[in-house]
Amino acid sequence: MTDSSAATKAADQAAVRSRRLRTAFAALGMLPVLLLLAVGFQFINPRFLTGTNLLIVTQQSSINIVLAAGMTFVILTGGIDLSVGSILAASAMVAVLVSLVPDWGMLGIPAAILLGLGFGIINGLLTAYIRLPPFIVTLGSLTAVRGVARLLGEDTTVFNPDLPFDFIGNGSLLGIPWLVIIALTVVVLSWLVLKRTVLGTWIYAVGGNAEAARLTGIKVPLVLLFVYGVSGLLAGLGGVMSAARLYAANGLQLGQSYELDAIAAVILGGTSFVGGVGSIWGTLIGGLIIAVLSNGLILAGVSDIWQYIIKGLVIIVAVALDRYRLQAGART
Amino acid sequence: MSAAAHVVPQKPVLEMRHISKTFGPVRALRDVSLTVNAGELHALMGENGAGKSTLMKVLSGAYRPDPGGEILIGGAPVATGDPIKARAHGIAVIYQELSLAPNLTVAQNIFLGNEPRRFGIVDRDQCNRRATEILERLGVSFSARALVSSLSLGERQLVEIARALSTSASIIVMDEPTTSLTSRETDRLFEVIATLKAQGIAIIYISHRMEEVYQLADRVSVLRDSGYVGTLERADLNASRLVSMMVGRDLSAFYKKDHRPPDSQRRVALSVRGMSDGGLLKDCSFDLYHGEVLALAGLVGSGRTELARLIFGADRRSAGELKLEGKPVAIASPRQALEAGIAYLTEDRKELGLFLDMSISDNINMGVLARDARAGGFRDFAAADRRAAKAIADLSIRTRSAQANAGSLSGGNQQKVLLGRLLETEPKVVILDEPTRGVDVGAKSEIYRLIDSLAGRGIAILMISSELPEVIGVADRVLVMRDGAIAGEVTASEGRPLRQEEIMELATGAAQR
Repeated sequence: MTDSSAATKAADQAAVRSRRLRTAFAALGMLPVLLLLAVGFQFINPRFLTGTNLLIVTQQSSINIVLAAGMTFVILTGGIDLSVGSILAASAMVAVLVSLVPDWGMLGIPAAILLGLGFGIINGLLTAYIRLPPFIVTLGSLTAVRGVARLLGEDTTVFNPDLPFDFIGNGSLLGIPWLVIIALTVVVLSWLVLKRTVLGTWIYAVGGNAEAARLTGIKVPLVLLFVYGVSGLLAGLGGVMSAARLYAANGLQLGQSYELDAIAAVILGGTSFVGGVGSIWGTLIGGLIIAVLSNGLILAGVSDIWQYIIKGLVIIVAVALDRYRLQAGART
Repeated sequence: MSAAAHVVPQKPVLEMRHISKTFGPVRALRDVSLTVNAGELHALMGENGAGKSTLMKVLSGAYRPDPGGEILIGGAPVATGDPIKARAHGIAVIYQELSLAPNLTVAQNIFLGNEPRRFGIVDRDQCNRRATEILERLGVSFSARALVSSLSLGERQLVEIARALSTSASIIVMDEPTTSLTSRETDRLFEVIATLKAQGIAIIYISHRMEEVYQLADRVSVLRDSGYVGTLERADLNASRLVSMMVGRDLSAFYKKDHRPPDSQRRVALSVRGMSDGGLLKDCSFDLYHGEVLALAGLVGSGRTELARLIFGADRRSAGELKLEGKPVAIASPRQALEAGIAYLTEDRKELGLFLDMSISDNINMGVLARDARAGGFRDFAAADRRAAKAIADLSIRTRSAQANAGSLSGGNQQKVLLGRLLETEPKVVILDEPTRGVDVGAKSEIYRLIDSLAGRGIAILMISSELPEVIGVADRVLVMRDGAIAGEVTASEGRPLRQEEIMELATGAAQR
């Protein structure tokens, strides 16, 4: 009796342990790839693994990680948000324009974030309540919001050399760039929402089985509205970060194809494209892989054109390996 | 009615010998042998999970049997595990889920992947001509040029059969072919089956419907728990023998009805009036009492699930009202139904019920997360663990851990997880849609015991079931649906139990004829 209950307890613990291990594996499945890349680049150019350079890498990845965090929410529900690059551009325009208002320049931050949230909510309303496919909705807003971004500056580049919040883009706190602090904060908050709140569990549920979620009493449209809202809001934040770094914004060029880098980070992070499975830590690693690749290839002296080709191939190979590994894992 | 009146040629066209199939640790088939004669209809029966589908997949080449098993066609061994060779040997399978391309014509579908060509280009004329020949052979009325999307489900099934004939099939497997057919389409199909048999084609017919098997079968083979039980000749067919072969034990101990059915003092839990959906469902009204198990019987397609979904707010209704314990309730969504105290167990647990990639604990807690939440919307994981542990113990869900994925469980345990979720919402009215579908025998009897104890606690239960023995064994009262309306009610009284015949008469409309 005691023997058998002890045995079941042991089995229980073993199951919990193996599950933890598996989730850790799923989240960190790409960590070896990241480390491998870092070591490889170090061989090619010993300047790669220096404190200064690693700070540059994280700084360069920060905006993409913020966008990818929002994208993680959306993809976890089985959706997609193609409009984040355009929203980032429009928000950056608003951030710079508002920053030019004497004495009220700091309002550029909330203005940009609210604009992003607004666009995200429009995406969400169309997806959740009008029930249009998210790919089409956000493909439309990708184009329309790009137009808005150009309209905002009358199709010119807007500057503010005395940007009141330039510390975000170029300052640091205790030696850590603000960009990095913001990105990490976004990741931690995303983790809290996804793994510790009821809403987070609902997001996984909607992505795993939307109809079952509805029949369980979950307000599916509200969940969808939330994820597209978050994605828009974080794209707005990305706009602030971008404006603060450049002291300028250009509605035509800024944020072009950022959505693709964000999606790549999420997918590299092991989040399932059909929804329901994935983690924000994976996205963080995915974002870092992309940044390490860009930075390392530059340090290795690879030409711009080849950087594109190599980056694309690495994404495909990494995800293929991941699929293979997961399938092998599922069989055992 | 005697489809087997003509002389059956006793020549085996197909012999499956010592077929076993293992998937990892799971034995899906254990040394099954089956002999089918030309021109006979050989029914294959057995409970869900008994191995019928696996056996047919071995036959069609979708699965390769374990070493030692062999398949002989016309006396000669054939290669196994190769769908293309199986097709070349004249084996055709017509699946439950129809696999036609709706936007193509009948002829195009019949020859899909096998188009007659001339100079490498699909020869349309020949395609249409040959399709018309086959359709004439089947005696059907629609044109080979008709779009499949314009055909009824029954006609589409005939197209599938035509496709099988186009590859000159000598053995046709039909897997529950009548589930989605109207009674007239079913009659039509039976005529076609008779034509096929007369042409010497062997038919392996999988069905759960006893009446069909009685009407059609020349022989019946039964599988149980992945193994072969036996074969009955037409002359030896009788219901109790078939059922005991399928279940493997006496039925009386299987069902449990200890709760006392409500008496004259009964209180109405749910009152349904004039429910319509603007389509199939027409003006359905009934009362459901506290502490009773009311079965909703009827043929597939009679509107039982549709009615349940309407009551639960899963679909929009065009007319009708609900009263819960005498008070009108507005239910326009599952959420409102759950808040009012009505819970629904779906018939399709994988598609509409479970979150397969989430833990058992999350699945059980999904309906009450908001109720348990702490300030700020944070989850109370301690409460979730408690609920999960309790549900796992109460419903004896067999799992290593509450944190295991729901997808890792067997059908019966998945169903218990869904029942656990439903019970956590503390419903007053429980609607169970085919609660034992795809569930093994052991879990079945556990679910019956659960239903009984819920009724004993005063919960009102509406149970949809296609299995009449289950209806008789579990329910206190039976509502029978036909063509989207309530056709009648069957009640038990002192010394007069519920009778299957009465239910079938109402369900088929035989009483009116």
